[in-house]
Amino acid sequence: MNGNFTGRVWKLGDDIDTDIIIPTQFLALKSVEDMKRYVFYPLRPELAELIQPGDIIVAGKNFGCGSSREQAPEILAALRVGCIIAKSYARIFYRNAFNNGLLLLENNELYDSCSEGDQVSVDLKNSQVVLGEKTFQVASIPEDLLQMVEAGGLVPFMRKRNGK
Amino acid sequence: MGMTIGEKILAMASGKEVVRPGEIITAKVDLCMSNDGTTHLNIDIFENQLHAEKVFDPEKVIFIVDHNVPSESAKTAQVHKKMRIFAQKHNIPFYEGTGVCHQIMIEDFIVPGQLVIAADSHTCSYGGLGAFGTGVGCTDFTSVMNTGEIWLMVPESLKFVIEGNFKPGVYARDLILKIIGDIGANGANYKIMEFGGSAVKNFTIDDRVVLCNMAVEAGAKSGLVEPDEIAIEYVESRGRKAKHLYKSDEDAVYENTYHYNLDELEPMIAIPHCVDDVVPVTQIGEVKIDQGFIGSCNNGRIEELRAAAQILQGKKINPYVKLLISPASKAVYLQALAEGLIDIFVECGAMVLNPNCSVCWGSCQGVIGEGETLISTGTRNFKGRAGHPNSSIYLASAATVAASALTGKITDPRGQVL
Repeated sequence: MNGNFTGRVWKLGDDIDTDIIIPTQFLALKSVEDMKRYVFYPLRPELAELIQPGDIIVAGKNFGCGSSREQAPEILAALRVGCIIAKSYARIFYRNAFNNGLLLLENNELYDSCSEGDQVSVDLKNSQVVLGEKTFQVASIPEDLLQMVEAGGLVPFMRKRNGK
Repeated sequence: MGMTIGEKILAMASGKEVVRPGEIITAKVDLCMSNDGTTHLNIDIFENQLHAEKVFDPEKVIFIVDHNVPSESAKTAQVHKKMRIFAQKHNIPFYEGTGVCHQIMIEDFIVPGQLVIAADSHTCSYGGLGAFGTGVGCTDFTSVMNTGEIWLMVPESLKFVIEGNFKPGVYARDLILKIIGDIGANGANYKIMEFGGSAVKNFTIDDRVVLCNMAVEAGAKSGLVEPDEIAIEYVESRGRKAKHLYKSDEDAVYENTYHYNLDELEPMIAIPHCVDDVVPVTQIGEVKIDQGFIGSCNNGRIEELRAAAQILQGKKINPYVKLLISPASKAVYLQALAEGLIDIFVECGAMVLNPNCSVCWGSCQGVIGEGETLISTGTRNFKGRAGHPNSSIYLASAATVAASALTGKITDPRGQVL
């Protein structure tokens, strides 16, 4: 996938759970397009209007903890978030994000160095994130996972692979 | 170098002699289960995107309607209908309104040594019977339902050695809250939490499930207890046989070992809005409550209902507090009826609900309003999970919830317990 992109930072805290990303009462809405209007509703309801395609969410530890609801990464992918850069992720969310074409990067230091509204550049080839003069290393993502993200997730990736 | 129970189950499931943490395996699953939280999405992917025709084995794919049951809206009714039609078409086991999915799985399907994948985070509950259960999202689940296989990374194991005896008024629920408070909401991220020690050897299956069920609240991939005579007796009394009775080797490697003594444990409570923000109930101060809830896959079984009934017997709850009680399954409900517990609940002023996820899921029953406070035996106290974004959830044992419903404020159950 395209290895270089820049985005505006939205900064969230530690333990951003799946019920914050999309509360239970909105899960029965008909489509992801309807649900995405309630992203982060209990914490920052205004973000649904403000997040633009390519924006980057920077968060603390244990992003996506809680339930297995796949609508959580699905709506972030539908909002076309460029990527999330957190100190760490909950494991079910981690799998679900890649399966839905949402790129996750891990870094411990960026969070404490950046502010909301900053521009951050991601260089996947070199596994780096750049903020102004500072460069941060992120763990490299295997090529097949990047291809899956580029295809839009596991299902489109499988269909592409199977020629369906 | 030996292996832990979890490593042995994953080795068996992937056809290997030995697996080590960090290794990625492709494993065959023994069972997979999905509930009405997300099954409509699985069905969409299965039928409209993958164009799949068959589930991998109709006896090993189970659908359970437990999250919004009975349906509270036309939308959820439609989800249930979709599940019912799919289950009939593929001739797979289907449950609706008979209990919380994990309790049904434990009562009707789980045996020691299985690998079980389900589209629900609390699948780790099955470790109470010595089975490796882990939760996934609907995309992974759909692939499992279609192929019977999944890729998994072999996790590190953490060992929790529990000794001593519970003091009256203190329960497995208090222990797991204490552990999560100590290690944090990501303290076991991606790992197995293995519970053992002389105390756990005497734990009932209910108590073992209480520990394993909340493992995910510390980020764990699974919780596990070594299966023994108590587990064998549980499954055999229900007409099933253990698949494998794995024990961890003496020289198995644990990333860390933690020790707990139950003699020193007191009633614990998680305060809003994080499961790892845990303090003793004695330190909570004066906190008024609007609602109590006893139920969920963590704490709605017969032993918890007995603990609550002991406190509520012959008394009336505070007139300005609601107490909602949902037995975890039909079997638990019938047992509670036979023991006269339901009479006690209804007499004291509680509302007894059908077996389902109920208040813990926060969308179909007992939703709380702005500024309201809930004390719950549910699994999570995330901001807004039980209703309004500006509401508060405290997590505690069934005994603490019952004691608090009587006084109208968070109350230590000791002194009210015989």
